[in-house]
Amino acid sequence: MKKRKMYIRMITASLLRRRSRMIIALLAISIGAMILSGLVTIYYDVPRQMGAQFRSYGANMILVSEGDAITQQQVDETRQQIPADKLVGIAAYRYQTVRINDRPVMAAAADMEQVRKTSPFWLVDGEWPANEGEIMVGKNLAEIYNLKVGKRTTCTFAPESETEAENGETEEVVPDNWIDFTVTGILDTGGKEEDYAYMLLSDMEKLTGIPTEYDVCELSVSGSSQELSAIADRIADNVEGIQARLVKRVTESEDTVLSKLQSLVLLVTVVVLALTMICVATTMTAVVAERRKEIGLRKALGASNGSIIAEFMGEGVVLGAFGGLLGSLLGFLFAQAVSRNVFNSSITLMPWLVPVTILASVLVTGIACLIPIRSATQVDPALVLKGE
Amino acid sequence: MSLLELKNVSKIYGSLHALDHVSLKVEKGEWLAIMGPSGSGKSTMMNIIGALDKATEGEILLDGVDIAKKNAKALTDIRRDKIGLIFQQFHLVSYLTAVENVMLAQYYHSVPDEKEALEALDRVGLADRAHHYPSQLSGGEQQRVCVARALINYPEIILADEPTGNLDEANEEIVVELFRKLHMDGTTLVVVTHNPEVAEVAQRTIVLRNGRVDHETINENFTGKIKHITLQ
Repeated sequence: MKKRKMYIRMITASLLRRRSRMIIALLAISIGAMILSGLVTIYYDVPRQMGAQFRSYGANMILVSEGDAITQQQVDETRQQIPADKLVGIAAYRYQTVRINDRPVMAAAADMEQVRKTSPFWLVDGEWPANEGEIMVGKNLAEIYNLKVGKRTTCTFAPESETEAENGETEEVVPDNWIDFTVTGILDTGGKEEDYAYMLLSDMEKLTGIPTEYDVCELSVSGSSQELSAIADRIADNVEGIQARLVKRVTESEDTVLSKLQSLVLLVTVVVLALTMICVATTMTAVVAERRKEIGLRKALGASNGSIIAEFMGEGVVLGAFGGLLGSLLGFLFAQAVSRNVFNSSITLMPWLVPVTILASVLVTGIACLIPIRSATQVDPALVLKGE
Repeated sequence: MSLLELKNVSKIYGSLHALDHVSLKVEKGEWLAIMGPSGSGKSTMMNIIGALDKATEGEILLDGVDIAKKNAKALTDIRRDKIGLIFQQFHLVSYLTAVENVMLAQYYHSVPDEKEALEALDRVGLADRAHHYPSQLSGGEQQRVCVARALINYPEIILADEPTGNLDEANEEIVVELFRKLHMDGTTLVVVTHNPEVAEVAQRTIVLRNGRVDHETINENFTGKIKHITLQ
């Protein structure tokens, strides 16, 4: 039998002999490794998960035209500058003052599908306008004009301000454009959006007779503030006449929340690893105390301190490796459960995390074994073999 | 030159002189018994001769080398290379089989050799019990495994501390017979015992009292065979 084979035999036999103690140590390491693996998975997945959550709070980037308005071509070029997996939505708005019940009202026209993506927090009682002749009004507007879902209302376009500006005198202008709309939804946001009426771009074009151009374009993009800044720079460089500005209130709060969450994850991981270390150290100390006679015998037979260290450290490494392997698998399940319950989405396994977790577990176990092993090397064979 | 020589060896614990200027010589191939009442210093002497403990003063020459001046690491090397130890309480590793326990001594000495370990077990009559765990062996069998373990590395000297203390009469005889065979093969034996029957089979007996050699007896009719005394 080779020396190495005997070494392995001794370690495995020793671990199997003290099954209950070793199962406790293994459980402690596995739980520690599970938390480590799980939280590291979440740590790396949180920006993606939280990013998706943050996107529900609205646009985080706005396009501003360097000229009078934003064209459809500029919107399309902007879209090309953003990776598809990062772009949640891009909603370009055209604003126009129209009249409802002969009173001026600010109307906004946009691609409603994109608005739903950039402003998922909007609560709509009823339906979003999907066809021509359908309109969604803000809650305040609905109260003022007594508008309800299903009710019909006439919208007129009167370019009064232009008339005033050009002639310098007030003049009654008879509207030449009007559309009968059906109210499909009442919009509740708690913000200024409740004062607006929303219609399709085609209706706005028909009502005003002016070809579509946009006043503002809102974007919802996933990513850290650095990534967003890079995208904004790219848009500014590659789309002529367009400046992209970050909504700092949103991006900075994203960064703050993410960094705090990640710090918390790190802190919990460190605490759990420290607790694992204490548990393993306690178990190994008990094992050493239990095996004082055996250690004394080994020393009496000529075992050097190096041999004693190698044997106990070997047991620790085996425990750490198995605990780490078990923990990394459990950690994935743990992270999956957290992700499903908190973020309603699943995560993907990061294969590199398995060897990293095993290595970390071996390291933690090794450190935890240092004090017990030191006491093992201090066993006096003359004393313990006499039973004192 | 004697294999082992103690010159004015003392071991002092506080005010207690466990050994008090003891001098002793053990020749190569000799079988020496050490007797004495409890607290007389027998085990202290065994620990010092066995390089398990250090003397407070004096010289301990093993094969001409003074081991009294050696550090812990050197004493470990001496135990590994020159000494075979047998204990009253056997001290076998419970999770290793008989043959593995014998190989344990080889493991620390050089390279484990199962064939050689099996031969050692065969010498003590335990070839058929080689793959049994200590818990599956009787006291006598466990002590015979210890003897096999002690002799596996061909030590200069075998030290046995109360080797029959935990054995019944039949097993006591088996172990003493093993010692006789080892002696016949030229092994140097130092046996600490309370038992006069075990001491009587040795070539020479020294009796310790209060840490000093009280007297010494030479066995003129040395046969190495045990003679049981029947109490009336």
